[in-house]
Amino acid sequence: MHAESLPSIFLNAAIVNNFVLAMFLGICPFLGVSSKKETAWNMGLAVIFVLLVSSAAAFGINWLLVNLELEFLRLICYIAVIASTVQLVEMFVKRYSPALFRSLGIFLPLITTNCAVLGLALFQTQKEYDFIQSLVYALGAGAGFTLALMLMAGLRERLALARVPDVSQGAALTLMLAGLLSLAFMGFAGLGGSHG
Amino acid sequence: MAELPKHQEDLSLDTFVRGLWKENPVFVMLLGMCPTLAVSNSAINAISMGLATTFVLAGSGALISGLRNWIPKQVRIASYIVIIATFVTIVDYAIQAISLDLYAALGAFIQLIVVNCIILGRAEAYASQQRLVPTLVNSLGIGAGFTIALFALGSVREILGSGTLFGLHLFGAGFQPWVVMVLPPGGFFVLGAWLLLFNWIKQRGERRADAPTGVPANAR
Repeated sequence: MHAESLPSIFLNAAIVNNFVLAMFLGICPFLGVSSKKETAWNMGLAVIFVLLVSSAAAFGINWLLVNLELEFLRLICYIAVIASTVQLVEMFVKRYSPALFRSLGIFLPLITTNCAVLGLALFQTQKEYDFIQSLVYALGAGAGFTLALMLMAGLRERLALARVPDVSQGAALTLMLAGLLSLAFMGFAGLGGSHG
Repeated sequence: MAELPKHQEDLSLDTFVRGLWKENPVFVMLLGMCPTLAVSNSAINAISMGLATTFVLAGSGALISGLRNWIPKQVRIASYIVIIATFVTIVDYAIQAISLDLYAALGAFIQLIVVNCIILGRAEAYASQQRLVPTLVNSLGIGAGFTIALFALGSVREILGSGTLFGLHLFGAGFQPWVVMVLPPGGFFVLGAWLLLFNWIKQRGERRADAPTGVPANAR
């Protein structure tokens, strides 16, 4: 895995193994904040930022823990770092854009429990990426997340005007749509190297 | 965050049972979607994930409930996360010791139990308010509800996607597996289909209830 080139890592994370549609990470915000394009875009940016910071921090922590032979503390340390990063983003957004803060609502602090963030930290450790590779991986994952969110938001904005059967309104329909999107993304499967 | 009523719940059958259906974490509250969709590609994976999550729910719930008077309000979320992460680490190492195959099949999703919203939600809404025994019973109920939901997904996907259940072949040699069901899109489709079914049942019930008043429920 060390030899993997940077563009390939990026493409893999963003499209081939899209975090949301192929690996089921970050489904909660995907279903929760995807009703408007603008909110979806801002959520995507916030997640990209958290991913980048926590990826860099996770790399440092892993190096430290491996040297101290304390690997069993990895999970606890990762989650602590992610929680503090999210807190930082929350304070930043609240200070500079109160309107955005309100529109993201409960989903902003919930980035802590966004599996995409912890998943990324765990995967980059598992794949033994170096520092630059980790950052590119984080960027790719964030781009993939934003892409999925935007696609979904676009579809749902259109859908708000369509007449759908009563019984399929709400989560059921959203899940079906996600299934179709996921099916479309499977078409990219041959594009990159296969990896977990 | 709204202050929750701080009454102590008495232990009753409902403490356990409502986790199964009325407050089913997956089908009713739509929580814990990520592990639900990701590991439900076979019945055995689904059940193991359900049991692992139940253990973490019960263990962390009991500890949080026991410590509820000592955890300062300002740092409670951080404390809960650390407690949950501790139990997940235990489960992670336990599964690795019991079955390496299973460990490989579930992959990172065992460690991702930490960020399962069901557990943090329970900690905040229930364990932090209630006594030890009701918390334990309630957590086991929610865990059982989660396991049932996972099994409902996992069995359908395994039967359609590979023609087996718990690895046993159900159909003859002529069966063409519907492979897309065990792939990611299948997860979305099957969960969507279950929700559709429940919506339909619920709406039919409502329509029956409305019928005597002479207002057809579908006249919108």
